[in-house]
Amino acid sequence: MPKATRESFGEALSELAPKNPQLVVLDADLSKSTMTQDFAKKFPDRHFDFGIAEHNMIGAAAGMALCGKVPFAASFSCFLIGRLESIRVSVAYNKTNVKLVGTHAGLGIGDDGASQMGLEDIAAMRALPNMAVLQPADAVETKQAVAWALAHEGPVYLRLTRQKLLDVHDAGYRFAFGVPDVVWEPESKPRHYQATVFASGGTVGPAVTAAKGLLEKGFKVRVVNVATLSPFGPEAIEKFTLDSSRFVTVEDHNVNGGLGGAVCEAVAQEGTPVPVVKLGAHTFGESGTGEELYHKHGLSAPHIIEACLKNLD
Amino acid sequence: MSNMAAVQNGVAEFKQTTKQLRVDIIRMIEAAGSGHPGGSLSVIDILTVLYLKFLRHDPKRPDWPERDRLVLSKGHACPALYAVMAHTGYFPKENLMTLRKLGSPLQGHPDRLRLPGIEFSSGSLGQGLSVGLGMAMAAKLDKSGFKTYVILGDGEIQEGQCWEALMAAPKFKLDNLTMILDHNNGQIDGHVDEVLPIDPMEDKLKSFGWEVSTIDGHDFAQIENALSQAQKAGGVPHAIIAKTVKGKGVSFMENAIAWHGKAPNKEEADRAVEEILNA
Repeated sequence: MPKATRESFGEALSELAPKNPQLVVLDADLSKSTMTQDFAKKFPDRHFDFGIAEHNMIGAAAGMALCGKVPFAASFSCFLIGRLESIRVSVAYNKTNVKLVGTHAGLGIGDDGASQMGLEDIAAMRALPNMAVLQPADAVETKQAVAWALAHEGPVYLRLTRQKLLDVHDAGYRFAFGVPDVVWEPESKPRHYQATVFASGGTVGPAVTAAKGLLEKGFKVRVVNVATLSPFGPEAIEKFTLDSSRFVTVEDHNVNGGLGGAVCEAVAQEGTPVPVVKLGAHTFGESGTGEELYHKHGLSAPHIIEACLKNLD
Repeated sequence: MSNMAAVQNGVAEFKQTTKQLRVDIIRMIEAAGSGHPGGSLSVIDILTVLYLKFLRHDPKRPDWPERDRLVLSKGHACPALYAVMAHTGYFPKENLMTLRKLGSPLQGHPDRLRLPGIEFSSGSLGQGLSVGLGMAMAAKLDKSGFKTYVILGDGEIQEGQCWEALMAAPKFKLDNLTMILDHNNGQIDGHVDEVLPIDPMEDKLKSFGWEVSTIDGHDFAQIENALSQAQKAGGVPHAIIAKTVKGKGVSFMENAIAWHGKAPNKEEADRAVEEILNA
């Protein structure tokens, strides 16, 4: 059943809380949107609302972590990344065990428009040493990503969607940190793929739709879900370089510095020359429905199909 | 260091100890060739009273969970912190001369991952009070008795994040949190009351819900009284506004903005040390 990853995050917190007494949750006046309300209701002593003061929330999370707590500090991804200096020093440099949860990622939020859309957060977070950056694709993966973040000793940034996402994993899926997984490929595997499409979070669904459409046209494409955006090195892509004519990256984020950037860096390091077509936002967002914006900004299935087929000469 | 021994420290002993620590500050910054003597000399008296008499700490067990926490948010004054930490036995005193050198645990600004005993890697101004607030909240959650002290610069408090934390501490009833403002009226670009005035600080803090003491930050009896007052749990956080002199103890550095972040050369350092020892 389609579900927003922020919803699965909220459920995961309440499920993990009883057995993890050090888990605490911090909000900055957006608990209704970050989906921490159920946790707050069930564990009121472990939920703290800092008001519209994200710098202080992040710093306090660092202080709590330095005293053994495992704080999940949640807000919109754009508002968290707006406090980059606190994240850089209080969290990343101090290597505090803080879990930053940025919801409302990207164009997918729709109507609220540009100022509420986190479209640069992955680029900034990827540049920080010690920071693990995760973006799960559906409910099954989100639950496991939250559990992984809780168990992991060190800073984590978890990027979540406002909009509902289709399930792309079955119930038996096991999240593996740092390892992209193939979420869709043709039943009869070709020796060579027209393209390998790398997607993350909100764009995994459109990528799968595109791959199915391409198969109908006779083109074989696989879709790789990148849930771990940092660290991301050549080992993440090397098994796809030899049998792909091209890579296509599609992300609900600025086209620079995010998934596309990470894939290009990895390809350059890995050494096998594979052309990369990057799809992503080239500018700030705007109001509209999420679907309209995916279409207008080139992230929808038809754009992915075009990116897989267009002449690269 | 045992607190029982430390309790015997009287004003005369503090005077003697801080003389030596001031000399250490001058010598280590001289050796480094860069650093911040002004703000180190203004805060050293407060740090000395804290480490020798008030902090529950054990240099042999810097990760003791029940220790009191001290966050030097004005991280550029770390020569003062290093001097008092060496004095209390966190590391050998000769290490002071490695300040700011490649590979030294004594980084240009405090680094908790390189020097055991540092609670928070500070230096990016404005963040320490939030971090201390989080520590105090963790203590409340765990029903632990440790106290948290955060030392801020008066230029630093111009950062908006400090005011977010100042609003939050009374909300969370953090009477285990003490903020000490090193009010030396100096910052890099000039005097605080010219660059961006912060006063009346006492009124502001009181209106935010803090209990406030304003003291002479170089008067040991007043520092002790204020810290004793701060230890009393009354449901509200405590702020100590310490009126200090930037460069205190060295005549040519006192209230001289130029000495905010400049190292003395050999001749200047010798003169400074002579003045300190003869005072």
